[in-house]
Amino acid sequence: MESIILQILNGLDKGSAYALIALGLTLIFGTLGVVNFAHGALFMLGAFVAVTVKNLLNLSFETIDETRLDFLNRPLRVQTPYVEHWFGPEIGATIIDWSVPLALIVAVPVMALIGVAMERGLIRHFYKRPHADQILVTFGLAIVLQEIIKANFGANPIPTPAPEIFIGSFDFGVWLGFDPYAIMYPYWRLVYFGFAAVVVGAVFAFLQFTTFGMVVRAGMADRETVGLLGIDIDKRFVIVFALASIVAGFAGVMYTPILSPNYHMGMDFLVLSFVVVVVGGMGSLAGAVASGFLLGILQSFASMTQVIELIPGINQVVIYLVAVIVLLTRPRGLLGRKGVMEE
Amino acid sequence: MSDLKLSRRGLLRAGAASGIAMAAPMIFTNRAYGFTNEPGSGSVTLGFNVPQTGAYADEGADELRAYQLAVEHLNGEGDGGMLNTFSSRVLDGTGILGRRVEYVTGDTQTSSDAARSSARSMIERDGAIMITGGSSSGVAIAVQGLCQDAGVIFMAGLTHSNDTTGKDRRANGFRHFFNTEMTGRALAPILEANYGTDRKAYHLTADYTWGWSQERSIRAYTEAMGWETTNAVLTPVGAGDFSSYLTPVANSGADVLVLNHYGGDMVNSLTQAVQFGLRDLQVNGKNFEIVVPLFSRLMARGAGSAIEGIFGSTNWHWSLTDEGSQAFTRSFGEKYGFPPSQAAQTCYAQTLLYADAVTRAGTFNPCGVAEALEGFEFDGLGNGPTLYRAEDHQCFKDVLVVKGKENPQNEFDLLEIVEITPRETVTYPVDHPDFQGGDLGACNPGA
Repeated sequence: MESIILQILNGLDKGSAYALIALGLTLIFGTLGVVNFAHGALFMLGAFVAVTVKNLLNLSFETIDETRLDFLNRPLRVQTPYVEHWFGPEIGATIIDWSVPLALIVAVPVMALIGVAMERGLIRHFYKRPHADQILVTFGLAIVLQEIIKANFGANPIPTPAPEIFIGSFDFGVWLGFDPYAIMYPYWRLVYFGFAAVVVGAVFAFLQFTTFGMVVRAGMADRETVGLLGIDIDKRFVIVFALASIVAGFAGVMYTPILSPNYHMGMDFLVLSFVVVVVGGMGSLAGAVASGFLLGILQSFASMTQVIELIPGINQVVIYLVAVIVLLTRPRGLLGRKGVMEE
Repeated sequence: MSDLKLSRRGLLRAGAASGIAMAAPMIFTNRAYGFTNEPGSGSVTLGFNVPQTGAYADEGADELRAYQLAVEHLNGEGDGGMLNTFSSRVLDGTGILGRRVEYVTGDTQTSSDAARSSARSMIERDGAIMITGGSSSGVAIAVQGLCQDAGVIFMAGLTHSNDTTGKDRRANGFRHFFNTEMTGRALAPILEANYGTDRKAYHLTADYTWGWSQERSIRAYTEAMGWETTNAVLTPVGAGDFSSYLTPVANSGADVLVLNHYGGDMVNSLTQAVQFGLRDLQVNGKNFEIVVPLFSRLMARGAGSAIEGIFGSTNWHWSLTDEGSQAFTRSFGEKYGFPPSQAAQTCYAQTLLYADAVTRAGTFNPCGVAEALEGFEFDGLGNGPTLYRAEDHQCFKDVLVVKGKENPQNEFDLLEIVEITPRETVTYPVDHPDFQGGDLGACNPGA
């Protein structure tokens, strides 16, 4: 029982990331009709926003401390971050410690800008083109972004820790009446799950309860009619693209303490996120979120030692296996609507 | 009319023959020289094949720095580093046998296929006379086999699997770095002294030759002192997120976690193990402990405070006080601004050892070089008196047992040397069961 709860918890954080990425993907697909293979790159760029914010906060000036020696027995060069110099060592250290959550604030304008630039600069020229063209161009764009990050940040993962108060684990076992230490779950992964839930809730609320959201939903249902009513739907859709970029960026920023960011993390998540979208049903926001969590949890069950011993290699293929089964039994995906991507 | 008659069969034969001649790699066509890539009188090219991307890229970057430093010193630039402390005095900073040392580099991408193709390109296209590097045993073994076939010397970089000088040893391949058998011999007594003889161990093991070798050695020596192995789980290299492998550990009844991981994998698995609260556990009335059998300063830096108090072994550490180590740390530190890693030291030493062997042999012929290295006893390269054993081309020297430092004095002060296990203790017989099944074979000069 404990191990089942553990694997469900384990699946939640990965599932949260899948759900956030798939949500953005579905939003863009539903509104613009574009299959955006660069969406994983947006997740990766979000993670590197966190790295950049951390690096900026750690910008330092050098002083020489004659009383201490470095590894070559020379006087020690001490690096003091400007933030600590300006705000005092304590407040400065706290600001640096909280660099990941602070990066969220920076991520809003940065990711929105990247999203708008991407849409206006490249993707809008491909609205009327076949899906194969869209996939090729966005895939190419993803590779370009990836190489830019690699050239600037190197190929190695960059450790980006969570604030110190979130280091450590929550003992679910005691809370649920099991033995102590039976079910331990890191605080930050709980934070990530909570964060994802809030973001998903906010996006749904925005689409459901605002006039803007209503127009977008109307546009998703019937773009032509909305246009005939005199509404400039294209302008709204740029904003939707920016919104999807921000959601992917948020997912990336907050994921950095779980997995040290590297340039190819976007690709790693992208393929799985597409499977998530397809399983959830193309164009269905709720389906994307539900299947994100479902597949995340299934993947973590498949990684259990007992399961691997029973079916070797299942951890690598489980997601695709589920996709095959779902598509065979429900060709439109779990919550797919009729008429999406169908002539 | 000419007498020349070209029959259909003759034409086919001629076509096939010229096709084969054109397709044959240069290795087979430079037969006239006596051995593969014999250098001219001006310069000699060494091939540095290191991981510049992948899970071991940090190590690879440090290896490359060490190689560049070694080339400088061999060419008489810089302060000479360990050239001044090396017990063999034949190297004088005029290159190797009077030829200026040049180098080419390749990216192994921590993948055997990529490593073989970059090594092949350095041998065939760039004319490298010797290949060195690798930061993974899988890569080292693959490249060692390639060098044997091509007829060049392979001076292994960081490779810790027993198999490199065990079942996969080759006459053209030489290893300065220690191996998992030596780690087992050095580490077990320290584990016994600190954690006792009644322990249950859970292994997470990188799923390739090094991981298997490491697990086998640690299990052999810990089980011999009374520990029980409850689980041993293989994990893919470069997994990134180890949470699904770590979560079952707390509940398994084990009270020690052995992480047979290296490089980026170890950084991720260890920090995640700490995040999951494993180090705060009390199991079987004892503190839960984590052991990382192969430690490096680069990994320690990546893992941050997660390494405090954790035991492991290492080939070399910059804080050693012998003359050689200090000379190397000084020249490396002044050039790059931070101390060298164990990967850097072994690569630097291997380059010097190769240059020295060529000089003593008076030839670049791989067979002459191999003969000069076999049974070579030396000192002054940072590990104390060392022997290149003739029978398996493995170096025998002291092994360091280290612990993650609790109160580091500066950003590089991360590992504390707990014990220097003497060479005699870590020396094993040539016919040790874990090293059987291999045969050096005859040296291959190529050509």
